[in-house]
Amino acid sequence: MEVTLRIRRYDPESNRPESYWEEFPVSLEGNATVLDALIKVREEVDGTLSLRCSCRSSICGSCAVRINGQAGLACKMQAADAVDSDGVIVVEPPGVMPVVKDLVVDFKPFWDKIREVEPYLQPQGEEPEGEYLASNESMLHLSGVTSCIMCGACVSDCTVLEVDPTFLGPAALAKAYRFTADPRDGDEEGVSKERLEKLSEVTGMWDCTRCSECVQVCPKGVAPMDRIMALRDQAMEAGLTDNNGSRHATAFTESVAHSGWLDELQLTVKSVGAGNVPALLGFAPVGLRALARGKMPPIIHKSIENVEGIRKLAEKLEDPEPE
Amino acid sequence: MRYAFFPGCVSRGGCPELYPAATMICQRLGIGIQEMPGASCTGAGVLQEKNQPLGDALNARTFAMAEQLGLPILTICSTCQGVMSQANRRLKQSAEYLAEINSHLAEEGLEYRGTTDIKHLLWVLVEDYGLDELTKAITRPLHGVRMAPFYGCYIIRPSDALDFEGHPERQTSLERLIETLGATVVDFSGKTRCCGFPILTTNEKNSMAMVAKHTGDVKDLGADAMVTPCPLCHLNLDGFQPKAAAQAGRKIEMPILHLPQAIGLAMGIRPERLGLKRHIVSVKPLAAKLAGVG
Repeated sequence: MEVTLRIRRYDPESNRPESYWEEFPVSLEGNATVLDALIKVREEVDGTLSLRCSCRSSICGSCAVRINGQAGLACKMQAADAVDSDGVIVVEPPGVMPVVKDLVVDFKPFWDKIREVEPYLQPQGEEPEGEYLASNESMLHLSGVTSCIMCGACVSDCTVLEVDPTFLGPAALAKAYRFTADPRDGDEEGVSKERLEKLSEVTGMWDCTRCSECVQVCPKGVAPMDRIMALRDQAMEAGLTDNNGSRHATAFTESVAHSGWLDELQLTVKSVGAGNVPALLGFAPVGLRALARGKMPPIIHKSIENVEGIRKLAEKLEDPEPE
Repeated sequence: MRYAFFPGCVSRGGCPELYPAATMICQRLGIGIQEMPGASCTGAGVLQEKNQPLGDALNARTFAMAEQLGLPILTICSTCQGVMSQANRRLKQSAEYLAEINSHLAEEGLEYRGTTDIKHLLWVLVEDYGLDELTKAITRPLHGVRMAPFYGCYIIRPSDALDFEGHPERQTSLERLIETLGATVVDFSGKTRCCGFPILTTNEKNSMAMVAKHTGDVKDLGADAMVTPCPLCHLNLDGFQPKAAAQAGRKIEMPILHLPQAIGLAMGIRPERLGLKRHIVSVKPLAAKLAGVG
């Protein structure tokens, strides 16, 4: 198989201070991976090409790069699947993190955030006489998160980190969930309220956009965003409801449960808090512009037909109230 | 060709120009749509944060209504598409879960058997109606117009819930539709990223940074307009664009079209009838360009 690797290169020590594209034609076996192709370039064409790799079997998490614009492990992606109709595979370093050289990035921001969530068990209360007990079920549930190999693919493609480097990000938040969902962490009921409180602050769980990029690119099925949504549920259940994210989710649910659909005007007011005059005034210019153009939700919000059925459903499936 | 119509909340709420534009082009193209007046909001992924079983029950209820009509669902919102597809997958994956959800629907005399297909208008046009057929309805091709696609996360990811493997054409459906309208695609990496709308009330600064980045990027690439199949993206990219531009300290003024509006323009429907006057960012430069091409 003849392919052209189009690689984003960068070498701060060369006389080309900016990154640039370089193309390498290579002949590959039919079952070669993108990593095989990169190694072939390094070994046979240009020994200065820098990349990270080790296990070649999707375990070590070293070789995450962007392939055709999307993060993934180079060793997991077959070249035949990555090649476009012109025979080209585009390879770039992962996003968000600073590039050291070619495909190698500095993982310091990644590790800093993992450390920030204190990734170790913190049981409260009295120590048990024997070992801490955890059900099989709870550990099986956690195995989905503990399969994270810290490759950074989710961080690379996170839409929030792209605009805000202070966001904790998908990897660290999923790691935090690994502890908040562990029955041994937190109080005797296994509720990690202090963690959840900290994670409810700005840069934490409520800053995620729910864009699913991390779910899409994770090579190990960790589904970080689903864990972030579970963190939100845990936080609300632990009574941590004094924030816009929680108010938004609650007001949204109430609106649908009451009228069958969304009351957008009420939702905005309830999300920022009806008493939050500065925030509401901040939205005022946008609201006035919309009003002037007739681009407004109905002022009187009518329920949908047969709304009784929905109200009954909501009653039956009601979420337990926070204690 | 007939569908159970699921317009979603925003096309009748914050983007009231979308609903009439969508029904108008469906009527002109001969795509039959039947309303389901008792159908609820999908939960938009927000309700699901708090209570996923309730979200699944609400969506199963809607699917059951479409099943009774014997029709697939047609939606005009990327978010509705994604949330319904994800719910449908959960319901179809486990007979036990489906039975449990159905037990809650029984009181209303509804039962979901797991056979309802859900398709955004974009997919209906590409997969069912056919772009060749659509070409026949294009009387005023948008020649000379440079148009950037903006999908909305939920119609792109997670791709397994949206059956991209069975329908690989979905990955580039919007670009192909833009080409069919006669416009030139302005491709950019932000087309599948997030508009920022979901974090508008939790982190407005980041939300505005996303709006400014995407609209600014296509401005720099010389786009005349951006088109989106997602009214939530429209709310942020259009409604909040002045605020985002102010935050970014630059002039952007990028017109954002709903998908049915772009199609309507290419079918020769007058901009006023498509509700373009309701947009926050003026579409006048685009309309003038089109009039010149006419």
